[in-house]
Amino acid sequence: MELYLDMHSPPCRLVFLFAKAVGIPFEFKHVELSAGQHYSEEFGKISMIRKVPVMKDGSFILTESIAILKYMVQKYSSSVADHWYPADLQQRARVNEYLSWQHMNIRAHASKVFLLRAVFPVIMGSEVPKEKMDAAVEDLNQSLNLLEEKFLENKQFIVGDKISLADIVALIEVMQPLGTGLNVFEGRPKLSAWRERVKKELGEKLFDEAHEVIMKVGSLPEKMQNNSQLEMLRPKFQKLFR
Amino acid sequence: MALELYLDLYSQPCRSVYIFAKKNNIPFDLRRLSLLDGEQYGEEFGKINMIRKAPALRDGDFCLAESIAILLYLAEKFQTPDFWYPADLQQRARVNEYLSWQHMAIRMHGSKMFWLRLLIPKVLGVEVPQDKLDAALEDLNGSLKLIEEKFLQDRPFIAGDHISLADLVAIVEVMQPVGSGLDVFEGRPKLSAWRDRVQDAIGKELFDDAHRTIMGSQEAVKLMDGSKMQVFKPKILRLFL
Repeated sequence: MELYLDMHSPPCRLVFLFAKAVGIPFEFKHVELSAGQHYSEEFGKISMIRKVPVMKDGSFILTESIAILKYMVQKYSSSVADHWYPADLQQRARVNEYLSWQHMNIRAHASKVFLLRAVFPVIMGSEVPKEKMDAAVEDLNQSLNLLEEKFLENKQFIVGDKISLADIVALIEVMQPLGTGLNVFEGRPKLSAWRERVKKELGEKLFDEAHEVIMKVGSLPEKMQNNSQLEMLRPKFQKLFR
Repeated sequence: MALELYLDLYSQPCRSVYIFAKKNNIPFDLRRLSLLDGEQYGEEFGKINMIRKAPALRDGDFCLAESIAILLYLAEKFQTPDFWYPADLQQRARVNEYLSWQHMAIRMHGSKMFWLRLLIPKVLGVEVPQDKLDAALEDLNGSLKLIEEKFLQDRPFIAGDHISLADLVAIVEVMQPVGSGLDVFEGRPKLSAWRDRVQDAIGKELFDDAHRTIMGSQEAVKLMDGSKMQVFKPKILRLFL
């Protein structure tokens, strides 16, 4: 199994973490998004959507991290513990509910804050307008409030006593703005305690390994600035800030 | 107590749940919710779904939000025919791939078109700049292109030979801009042929029933009272403009 990944991307960290945590063997194929490698002809043959992650299992190619996770769970069902994606009807529904909700909420808002803080200045050649930044942070805060109040409530994990796919899907997104210097956990003890529980279940070393790149994202602007492809990439990145 | 489904048929995800439940003869009490009248902000509904969106399901004391989760719950609970969510590993993956991709693509782009063409100018009374409309159309065209070239290719349906949840979730989103008067099927024979197959598989009567509200939008907006939506105006404008 090949996984095409850029560890700056939350959904890439997601499939990486899950596969490693449950012992699914794979070959790591690096795709450097900041260098525009996803726009190469070669990558286009792997996926015409030109996003990461992508899974290639034999000749079967699959995009979308959520689909890849479910594929892994199903294919390796004999070795993947039930709590990851419970067979129980209501518990499974709770996982699916989070996996669906997060796209347009935590994922969208955390990514936007990250992009505005880490990538906007390089691409647009100016600082982010304060209004735009404030609106993005406000949206993220509202999503984090819902994560705490609706999805976690007073439980240990999103579904209940045990970790599931929902918790990893959530945490990798919440981690995204951290490397840009925005501590989303500050003033959120419930969220912080949950983060620690999830890290412990996955393995702290593994979790830190997966997040090494994003925590060093301060060097990203310089890397992009020096990239010869920057002019070609600029209009494509500009779309992200609309 | 029968299963309750809280639906507003102006909403695409409500339509997919409605069609799926009806097609599979799943007994349910239809609880109509009017989103444009802000009924999702009522106290009662807040107890069912604190995210305050539709669709929502209540099955005994179990409440569930998110159409994708609801569809999968109903498919499993009522043991609907395999083709809706195939047990086969690769076919199921194709369905899951579409169900995941669509949120930030066709769903977002089709919704935006509906708001920009109808609700914002005609109900909120705010003029929409041409460049915003052009950008939205470009995005929508991009998503429609991917549906044709990546998700359908030369297959009759997204997962293969049979309709699945993917096609159902796709068709209701593609119909949204149509409701605003934009015929997305024009000049797209492949998409049109797929729509015909999906309509046949669902049954034209049920399909039309589910889409009656959205297809009547252009007339309905003329009679809509925009005052209830004014309180949401800043949020809506920030979201779409």
